[in-house]
Amino acid sequence: MTTLSPVARRRHSRHLLPYGLVLPAVVLFLLFVVAPGIYALILSFESRKVTGGLLGSTTTVMFAGLDNYVGALSDGGFWASLGRMLVVGIVTVGCTVGLALLFALLLDTPRARLTRFARLSIFLPYAVPGVIATLLWGFLYLPATSPIGGRVINYFGVTEVYFTVANVAIWGSVGFNMIVMYTALRSLPPEIYEAARLDGASDLQIAVRVKVPLLRPAIAMCCLFTVLAALQLFNEPNTLRPLSNAISSDWVPLMKIYTDAFVNADISSAAATSTLITVAALVVSLVAARMVQGQVGRAGKGDD
Amino acid sequence: MAVTVAARTNALPGQNAGNGRRGPALVPTAVLVIGAAYCIVPALWIVIAASKTPAQLFSSATYSPSLGPGIVTNVRDLSSYDGGVFWHWMLNSLLYASVGGILATAVSAAAGYAIAKYEFRGRKMIFNAILAGVLLPQQIVLAIPQYLLLSKIGLVDNYLGVILPQLFNPYGIYLCRIYAMGSIPDSLLEAGRIDGASEFRLFWSVGLRLMRSGLVTTFLLQFVVVWNNFLLPFVMLTSDDKFPLTVGLYSMLRHGADEASLYSLVITGTLLAVVPVIALFLSLQRYWRIDLVSGALK
Repeated sequence: MTTLSPVARRRHSRHLLPYGLVLPAVVLFLLFVVAPGIYALILSFESRKVTGGLLGSTTTVMFAGLDNYVGALSDGGFWASLGRMLVVGIVTVGCTVGLALLFALLLDTPRARLTRFARLSIFLPYAVPGVIATLLWGFLYLPATSPIGGRVINYFGVTEVYFTVANVAIWGSVGFNMIVMYTALRSLPPEIYEAARLDGASDLQIAVRVKVPLLRPAIAMCCLFTVLAALQLFNEPNTLRPLSNAISSDWVPLMKIYTDAFVNADISSAAATSTLITVAALVVSLVAARMVQGQVGRAGKGDD
Repeated sequence: MAVTVAARTNALPGQNAGNGRRGPALVPTAVLVIGAAYCIVPALWIVIAASKTPAQLFSSATYSPSLGPGIVTNVRDLSSYDGGVFWHWMLNSLLYASVGGILATAVSAAAGYAIAKYEFRGRKMIFNAILAGVLLPQQIVLAIPQYLLLSKIGLVDNYLGVILPQLFNPYGIYLCRIYAMGSIPDSLLEAGRIDGASEFRLFWSVGLRLMRSGLVTTFLLQFVVVWNNFLLPFVMLTSDDKFPLTVGLYSMLRHGADEASLYSLVITGTLLAVVPVIALFLSLQRYWRIDLVSGALK
């Protein structure tokens, strides 16, 4: 390097610096995303047998082909957990995106008051950890401590429990999604409302006919975020479990994976189940991402 | 997400021309207040509940706070629970979230700046991998193999086992790229180059400075993600003096599920667990804007 002229050195550093800057991210990505992902895939094709008695046991690892996948797919518990996730997911995604859109539009209504207060308040739960939020709601649900009629309403009933779990997730995520949509609304030039206003359209009509269609990319983005969160549903049902026996140890797929891996020490089935869920999740997020394509595509091109 | 930087001339809703003379919109305001109440009341209730002694918790009217020494007693009992382990959890959470947040922000800032400001081989591929990282539900597939891999190198039940896997934050890189694109003019970098500044110096003293409010936002978001994370520490850690608050309070509730006297302590712990994050958001208020969490720049 010492033989290079200053200009050449500068050009050299211009070539090298971007690699140096992305290096930590790439290394971390390989170590903590790619490597564990591949490892999970390998595990899902293996089976482990523990043999031996009191004086030490040996674990034999064998290639199992698709056995773990067949086992996972023919397990009724897996489908049941998937079904519960779907019910909670539909309620959560619908309510979160719907409420976030409603609040964003209301915040953007010309003569609405208290908007700063409402915006911060609705965003507040975002700062509350999922587990803590669930503990908090758990005490609101629990008959012994409930201030919201837990003695009368059984929040852990057969049907109610889905809404109980969904409510905690909705409470935690409405604020973030509201901000995403509100920001998108605020970045629209106000002139586009003028024509509608001159035609005598009310604020409500402008919101529904003009703003909502323009918000479509942001709405799709929020759907994607909430769908991804719903697929990973774990904290809420897992934390409510000690409070109620309405929630089993394999209530949603991620809880089932956890139980298989750490309670039943069956790593191979856990790996197979997680691979299946990941593939399903990938399909869902690709479909959702297609809806967002306009947005992501624009962000991806940007400065090309 | 809004990369749109189009400026809106009338910054405040309510300043729209022609509507100024009519009164406030009652229905929208009322609905917003209901929404705000839905989000605030549970948090308020926990403040009230934490002020009550265990006996009052089950006997007194739910919304009336106790003016007695309930909160002091609760905090004292919580502090002595299991040899003061609660404050261990608090310190651990602060450690995980601040170290993890700072390092992840540094990694994201460097990568985001490079992707936004340089043409280099593999740039497109790296950016696509990051987008895929945003789209992939990482928890499902990764927490357990991460545990198995880290157990091979002895990082399980270790602080590093919780911190390291959370340093790669695709959303943070994505945001930093937007901030770098939006807030660092290429002309400024060119001017610096003509003046003979090294590329690293440009990144360090021009890039990072101009990205500051974006970096604070990235840090806050990552701090919250780590502070809120449950599954990873739950899987990685076995000794309870390394737990963060989330895992600690969960284990406390699980042990005390049939011991109603512990409820007051868990409620108090829940309240104390929320305070630092809110304090952090408020104290850094000068440096970040709520709109930045969605990548918007104005």
